[in-house]
Amino acid sequence: MQAFFIVAILGLGFLITFQIAKASEYVAVLRGEEKARKQANKVNAFLLLIFLIVGLIGVYYCNEKLKGKILPVSASEQGVDIDRMMWITLALTGIVFVITQIALFWFSYKYQESDTRKAYYYPHNNKLELIWTVIPAIALTVLVGFGLYYWFAITKDAPKDAMVVEVTGKQFGWEFRYPGKDGILGKKYYKNIDPSKGNPVGQLWDDPANHDDVWLEQEMHLVVNKPVQLVINSKDVIHDVGLPHFRMKMDAVPGTPTTMWFTPRFTTKQMIEKTGKSNFVFELSCDQMCGRGHTGMRGVVIVETQDEFNAWLASKEPQYYKANPGKKPVADTLQATTSVK
Amino acid sequence: MSDAMHIHPEVVTTHDVHHDEHHVHHHKETFISKYIFSMDHKTIGKQFLITGIIWAIIGGLFSVLFRLQLGYPDTHFPILETVFGKWAEGGQIKPEFYYALITMHGTVLVFFVLTAGLSGTFANILIPLQLGARDMASPFLNMLSYWFFFMASIVMISSLFISTGPAAGGWTVYPPLSALGQASEGSKLGMDLWIVSMALFVVSSLLGGLNYISTILNLRTKGMSMTRMPLTIWAMFFTAILGVLSFPVLLSGLILLLFDRNLGTSFYLSDIVFADPNGAGMIILPNEGGSAILFQHLFWFLGHPEVYIILLPAMGMVSEILSVNSRKPIFGYMAMLGSLFAIAILAFLVWAHHMFVTGLNPFLGSIFVLLTLLIAVPSAIKVFNWLTTLWRGNIRFTPATLFAIGFVSLFISGGLTGIFLGNSTIDIHLHDTMFVVAHFHIVMGVASMFGMFAGIYHWFPKMFGRYMNSTLGYIHFWVTIVGSYLIFWPMHYEGLAGMPRRYLDKSSWVSFTQFGELDKMITIVSIIVFAVQLMFVFNFFYSIFKGRKVTTPNPWGSNTLEWTTPIRPGHGNWEGEIPEVHRWPYDYAKDGREFIPQTEPVGENESKH
Repeated sequence: MQAFFIVAILGLGFLITFQIAKASEYVAVLRGEEKARKQANKVNAFLLLIFLIVGLIGVYYCNEKLKGKILPVSASEQGVDIDRMMWITLALTGIVFVITQIALFWFSYKYQESDTRKAYYYPHNNKLELIWTVIPAIALTVLVGFGLYYWFAITKDAPKDAMVVEVTGKQFGWEFRYPGKDGILGKKYYKNIDPSKGNPVGQLWDDPANHDDVWLEQEMHLVVNKPVQLVINSKDVIHDVGLPHFRMKMDAVPGTPTTMWFTPRFTTKQMIEKTGKSNFVFELSCDQMCGRGHTGMRGVVIVETQDEFNAWLASKEPQYYKANPGKKPVADTLQATTSVK
Repeated sequence: MSDAMHIHPEVVTTHDVHHDEHHVHHHKETFISKYIFSMDHKTIGKQFLITGIIWAIIGGLFSVLFRLQLGYPDTHFPILETVFGKWAEGGQIKPEFYYALITMHGTVLVFFVLTAGLSGTFANILIPLQLGARDMASPFLNMLSYWFFFMASIVMISSLFISTGPAAGGWTVYPPLSALGQASEGSKLGMDLWIVSMALFVVSSLLGGLNYISTILNLRTKGMSMTRMPLTIWAMFFTAILGVLSFPVLLSGLILLLFDRNLGTSFYLSDIVFADPNGAGMIILPNEGGSAILFQHLFWFLGHPEVYIILLPAMGMVSEILSVNSRKPIFGYMAMLGSLFAIAILAFLVWAHHMFVTGLNPFLGSIFVLLTLLIAVPSAIKVFNWLTTLWRGNIRFTPATLFAIGFVSLFISGGLTGIFLGNSTIDIHLHDTMFVVAHFHIVMGVASMFGMFAGIYHWFPKMFGRYMNSTLGYIHFWVTIVGSYLIFWPMHYEGLAGMPRRYLDKSSWVSFTQFGELDKMITIVSIIVFAVQLMFVFNFFYSIFKGRKVTTPNPWGSNTLEWTTPIRPGHGNWEGEIPEVHRWPYDYAKDGREFIPQTEPVGENESKH
């Protein structure tokens, strides 16, 4: 019923608009088309000026209203560079935006049709055209220069002491594998994947490097101020590891592992203090559309101190023992539990 | 040259009912040959336009539907269930339906509206008319071009009605999502139909494009040297070249995808497992060694030129309309032409800027950063030249002029955000967020739409011999430009908050829930803007039959050749001889005269430019 009313009101509004429009056409014919056209010209020129003024105020208002809702300060060192690059670009493009929009609407208003003025025959001016080829070229060279400087800094090889975490995307969730004490992720092959046999990422159990690898879902733990390299995989379609608070992003492509590295600057607890939001949490979003459950493909990142991290990792049992309970040495288990205490 | 064209084989020989002595086009035409299987470029252009309008309504309606979900994720709309059944159970749009909607919205708007509807329409109508040709080089291929588009449309529409739904992997159809039925409902039959439809579409656009190129190169009237062509024609020329060189690459990519889907090949597939939906362990696919990223290279090798296929015709028309209505020559014709050329070349060299975060080699990425940001230079030249064209003009604000000014405004706004995204450093953060959605809708979607509206309002008198109602035109313009900025400007902030694209419900997130009110506002505005587009459509069709009649052959006081034809030109365009051209098309306000048509010989005392 409500929908019916809305449609009826819209229809009615439309009918009225149409009648007015039609009537104005008849009036124009009666009053002389030329006169009516000039009237409309004045109105539209004035509206263009109003649009410029209200529009620029609107841009400011929009910023005031929404600037508090965007991301807090970057939680990674690389993100600081990215934010700086953003500010540089914003400053340059902002100036161009304001100047060109003002020129566009101001010229439109100022040079509206008038009987007292004739248009100025001005087909070209090589000097002017050269100026506005060279100036943008210089501005863009600056942007390319800064951009590539940061780009190479961010995409260079990860530092040798970086910790490694393997991230695997699947419909619809995230899995993480830690290399354990040896610091090496064991070999894997996708045809071995079988969660019912305790092998969710297809580890090859005859590779000893696999024996201490820890596997878990949905939650990734990182150490503050320690570079981390993510080795990214997908089991099915393309996903994307999006870490907005760290300003980082990398696709997860089945069959082609990708990597990215960054250095977290703040722990989760510090971010809670910084933002004043008690529910603050680093979230891992899937940024590449991956199907029905794309929207809910959420992971959580917990950044903590080295000690907290060590304790957390030690409490996790390597996947090798979960998959092969028979192989679990009794003494080792005891040791593991004591070391946690 | 004009003599050679006067004897037009298609026109003269096919209907020899009675040989009229002086008018080539006075042969008897049936309803079918005149309106349906017509070989008249003007009719074909109108067919493209009307089909494009129908598609635009469908594509626009899809966006209203998914905006409802985005603005009101918790509200139930029983009417949705009534109309869409299982796709909107309980009056809420299901994820599968949501993704089908955005996929179809993108496909329809990018290809069917802004490629076929825009350059199909105006290349067809304007190229022969502005060049002084009686028709296209091959009217028959031209007709086929429309009917291939029509078939593509039929196949795409039919995919909306199958039980597993249409393609739902995004308009970019990245495999493996689009390659495997296990991955998504939309990747079942719907995806095959999508590929078939796009293959037909590519054929259509190649037939059209080859025709446009050969017409422009060969059928210019006497005196119409390349540098005397209006910028519209130059823009259509580069558009056609881009299409001819890039669409085949898309087609080859899609054929490989079709093979992967149906013949067990592994071009794009490698190392894939799915959990069995019936809980019977894992489904392990045998494919190894394929590269999912290969598809993205093939796709974006079309996909990026496609952006310019959409944008260039709008730029050309805007240049023409701004010049005519400022009563002033376009500023820097050669620079405009050079920048079109530069954009066309660079369009082929920037595709990987869509792929900075796919694991692309960072060095390769850096090359694409450089080439991408280089495009900003010709774009800046164009903007400054448009501004200078308005400067010291005597501007008449027809609805077409307003839309052209709106185009420039949107092109500036959206172009500048492109400088953020083209810089790989910033793209790491903003890639695939709402910032991208805001950027390309403003610069490519809405701006090109504005170019198209400008073209429709401006050339409507030529197409139908009547005017559109300008009061409705003004309302259309003001609501659309204010609405477009209200919709897309704040969307940048969602992107700056890291909110990914293509999320239909943010309730499970902590970081992306703060924009609920904004999303509601955007939804309401999009419904209003959509309603106003319907008003435009009404104005369009009403004016075809009931609009104010055009009484003068040259209502805008324009220099170009299309206004030297009769008010309602028949097939063959000119009665008698084709006019000869003596000057460039932008002699406005020269030597104290308001305008000097291209057909007027250069006077002895005329000043040079």
